[in-house]
Amino acid sequence: MPKMMYRDAVVTTIAEEMARDENVVCLGEDIVGGMGTPGGPEAIGGIWSTSTGLFGKFGADRVIDTPISESAIMGAAAGLALSGKRPIAELMFADFIGVSLDQIWNQLAKFRYMFGGKTKCPAVIRMAYGAGYNAAAQHSQAVHQILTGMPGLKVVMPSTPADVKGLLRTAIRDDDPVIFLEHKALYGMSGEVPDDPEYMIPFGHARLSRAGQDVTIVSTGLLLGFCEAVADRLAAEGIGCDVIDLRTTSPLDEETILDSVEVTGRLIVVDEAPPRCSLAGDICALVAEKAFAALKAPPLAVNPPHTPVPFARELESAYLPSVDKIEAAVRKVLSYR
Amino acid sequence: MQLSREALLRAYRQMKVIREFEERLHVDIQTGEIAGFTHLYCGQEAVAVGVCEHLSVEDKIVSTHRGHGHCLAKGCDVNGMMKEIWGSREGLCKGKGGSMHIADVDKGMLGANGIVGAGAPIAVGAGIACKIDGKGHVAITFSGDGACNQGTTFEAMNMAVVTKAATIFVFENNHYSEHTGFEYAVGTQRDIASRAEAFGMKVWRGDGTDFFSVFETMREVLEYVRVPGNGPAAVEFDTERFFGHFEGDPQRYRGPGELDRIREFRDCLKNFRKSVTDAGVLDHADLDALDAEVLAVIEESVAQAKAADRPTAEDVLTDVYISY
Repeated sequence: MPKMMYRDAVVTTIAEEMARDENVVCLGEDIVGGMGTPGGPEAIGGIWSTSTGLFGKFGADRVIDTPISESAIMGAAAGLALSGKRPIAELMFADFIGVSLDQIWNQLAKFRYMFGGKTKCPAVIRMAYGAGYNAAAQHSQAVHQILTGMPGLKVVMPSTPADVKGLLRTAIRDDDPVIFLEHKALYGMSGEVPDDPEYMIPFGHARLSRAGQDVTIVSTGLLLGFCEAVADRLAAEGIGCDVIDLRTTSPLDEETILDSVEVTGRLIVVDEAPPRCSLAGDICALVAEKAFAALKAPPLAVNPPHTPVPFARELESAYLPSVDKIEAAVRKVLSYR
Repeated sequence: MQLSREALLRAYRQMKVIREFEERLHVDIQTGEIAGFTHLYCGQEAVAVGVCEHLSVEDKIVSTHRGHGHCLAKGCDVNGMMKEIWGSREGLCKGKGGSMHIADVDKGMLGANGIVGAGAPIAVGAGIACKIDGKGHVAITFSGDGACNQGTTFEAMNMAVVTKAATIFVFENNHYSEHTGFEYAVGTQRDIASRAEAFGMKVWRGDGTDFFSVFETMREVLEYVRVPGNGPAAVEFDTERFFGHFEGDPQRYRGPGELDRIREFRDCLKNFRKSVTDAGVLDHADLDALDAEVLAVIEESVAQAKAADRPTAEDVLTDVYISY
């Protein structure tokens, strides 16, 4: 299999789908980059290099560089989707969801239900999220806990270049609105990616990235790699971890989590969003409710603290769940009683 | 008057259907049998009909919380709408949307909307789709003088200009955003169209209580926007809201005699009747016959709504996703 970076998997998949289906269109701020400047279109390109070359290939009608107007971008995606197009809208930073949330939450997510199931809304909203760039409180957040709680949306959080390709293609071909969360610290990650132009990963099917008998670790995105590192460390000591990559937080693959906990009896959920009303808390509650008899220790959520994301290197490192913190959490559940 | 007799009768009937639909809701809501919030369009019929009589099913509209008139004018089924407002599972949205969320995408009606100002960005997307398809279709967003103050509307106007979307911003100035006067809440103190003009759009103005003013203005607006490459346009119609912001609104903000005065002098149906009978193109008997027919249509829709199937608890769970 060819090797490819996470960001290249994004743009390659978009390009393949745009070539396959003329109804696929892209829109977002600076996705062309340089419009209306002496440097001209594509002088810069998107800041994440996740739209490089699309404008030259597909033209201004289908690669729409927008003003900085996030509500209008999300609303336009909604209107395009209701008009037979398959928009892929980019929200440059997931944090900007605050200024555009109505169009996602009250419009895109609810059209099908409010309209009695008589329409489809095939929009993909891509957004770069997450800490690790010292970008501080308004450019570093994980927002999946907000969106996962919204009926009508599907929420995808790929952790590898191959998963970007398989999940993004599924998202683009899906007839429901899909939030596609790309971790900005993973854009440079390289990995093997199937070059099959039909490679798709179904939603709601988690991936078991490490297998073991002693503890179940559930995670997504950037932190999934941290969990794998912990599992590899502990394997040297003869401690076996199931590491489950959720891939999608909505729909949630409950079965894979519960099946694993039935064997291990111990659960850790590692989540990049703050602890209150979080994905981690949600999954701990799920397991407590549905696999109580199997548990040998209380389920443990590993989240950042209930604070905004800080700026300074020392502070951001202290904020994020680290390999050491995750390892300590595993040892804590293993040593219970 | 360039319209044929048939076109005039049709326009009058469309306005009358909206009027009687709303007048009947105003009565029925007071019995408590209809749940939820309802915002009546009564008084503004000439705008919805004067706009939509120009449109084909391929043209899109995006409406507001005060959306019944736009829905009916764009071709949504009267019985399906009445059933929806009564909350039946036979309603246009299976009882899941209600008054504020009536939609029929197959008819180009992309939804009433409970969020003031939310429609304009959606119409930009629909207008971009029209531009891409290049067949001269347009997308229209209706906004009131309330929605014209939302940032979403500003973003949408600029984005429509920048992307040359085939979008038309129809502003219905009924002088009240909820319970607050236009002169207080719209800082231009003058009009809404000048704002749209400042965003770089060609704008028109018309009398929203006069079907012919709306219809002829929209003919020009549509001729312009249907030309590929021209981009968006905006139009403001001065109009009147005969009822409160919502049903149950005590309307203490109205001036003495205001409602009587606008019903007497600013009623688009009365104005239409006078114009066509004075001009001798239709006579009172033609219009009286339509009045009776429309009343029967509304009566029938209420009878159907009362008799229609109610949704069940299982229906809560369907129609969230296509697949999950």
